[in-house]
Amino acid sequence: MYLIGIGSLFLVVLTGLFSGQGFAIAFANELSDFGAKDYLGRIMSLAIVRELGPTLTGLMMAARVASGITAEIGAMKSSNQLDAMRSFGIDPIRKIAAPRLITLIIMVPAMTVICDAVAIFGAWLIAIFHAHISSTMYWAAIRERLVFGNIFIGLVKPVAFSLVIAFISCYKGFTSEGGTKGVGQATTDSVVMSSITILIANFVFTKFFFPMLKGYL
Amino acid sequence: MIEFRNIDFGYDEKLVLKNVSFDIDQTESVVIMGPSGSGKSTVLRLILGLECPQRGEIRIDSRNICVMKEKDKRELRKRIGMVFQDGALFDSRTVGENVGYYLIEHTKLSWKEIEGRVVEMLGFVGLDASEIIDKLPEELSGGMQHRVAIGRALLSTNPRIMLYDEPTTGLDPQSAENVLNLINKLMRERSISTVVVTHQIADALSIANRFIVIHEGEMAFDGDFVGLRDCRDERVRNFLSPFRDSMNLVAKKKFMNGV
Repeated sequence: MYLIGIGSLFLVVLTGLFSGQGFAIAFANELSDFGAKDYLGRIMSLAIVRELGPTLTGLMMAARVASGITAEIGAMKSSNQLDAMRSFGIDPIRKIAAPRLITLIIMVPAMTVICDAVAIFGAWLIAIFHAHISSTMYWAAIRERLVFGNIFIGLVKPVAFSLVIAFISCYKGFTSEGGTKGVGQATTDSVVMSSITILIANFVFTKFFFPMLKGYL
Repeated sequence: MIEFRNIDFGYDEKLVLKNVSFDIDQTESVVIMGPSGSGKSTVLRLILGLECPQRGEIRIDSRNICVMKEKDKRELRKRIGMVFQDGALFDSRTVGENVGYYLIEHTKLSWKEIEGRVVEMLGFVGLDASEIIDKLPEELSGGMQHRVAIGRALLSTNPRIMLYDEPTTGLDPQSAENVLNLINKLMRERSISTVVVTHQIADALSIANRFIVIHEGEMAFDGDFVGLRDCRDERVRNFLSPFRDSMNLVAKKKFMNGV
């Protein structure tokens, strides 16, 4: 829990802060051309909570955690530790994969919420000092878009991404072959596959799944 | 107790074992020898049910392990102790947690009780528990790691069968002798079936009276020391030829001891 969650906190905070600020500058510049800077809060709220927060957190967790899980399981396999576990009548999947899956299901959404909060804060700094929007207006716009539907979408995605990270990283670790070189390859594959699957899953959710729930959210 | 019947086994269409058959009785000690890559370690993995053969039958206590469900295999494995090559100690756990691993996972004993048994077991395998119980495996020498692995296998299951995969490979002569003495001590005191895989002839001769030689996946020899020494099979003679002197020395010793 500590390694997967708290260990990723710094990375997630940095990601949230700088991506929130970066997007806020880009949006503020574009919106000012149309005299619509006041909409910055609404756009940032929607973009961060529904898209940026879950996806960036998922990608960061995939890079940091998926590689760690695959490397750890792969190393255990190549040094016969998994076989040793089985020889003691213990199922390595239940013993190793299950706790990591549960931890990810808890920690990826938690990290997403933190990333969202930091990104919104970062965007607020840009709104105040770069776009010169009043703070009251910014927060009012943020609150306006923080409705149940958006928060629900922003929390369902990270749960799905945590499943993606857990299954791919554990699978790649358990099926790694060929000693240290094989473990290295499996680790790379794990990060690449997790990242791509997260991006595709995000698109599928946004394009196909959530529109189906429109009447309910 | 352990029955191998016409076993064929391979990885990716390459046969590692070809028509291998043998029986190992209760309390019998057998050494499986052969050049590197001949399929020796695979035999241990098959006995443990970690792999299943493409053809043939493996029976442990008259039960065919190949057709068992994974859950039943796990139960069966609790009666088999396995010491893997390089020990296969859990590197994120301390020596104490490694040795007491089975008790931690399968019993509700408190750590205090487990620790007591761990200390006792470490003493049995000739290690000073107070010095190493809280250390990580990587902080130990190769010989100590092997002895911890043997202690872990013994404490975990109170096994009726002990399997050793290359127990002295990579050890200095003193550590190797300590490990061999420990294996012999276990065979004497616990009367359990022992299967040792090695390509070190001197180790083999000091452990067992029955020898199986595997060459390129085929059984080239199964018999006692005299049979091994006098074997006419070209594959066995080639394998043993660098060790003729040490075999003659052992033969002399055995003759002097009346064996």
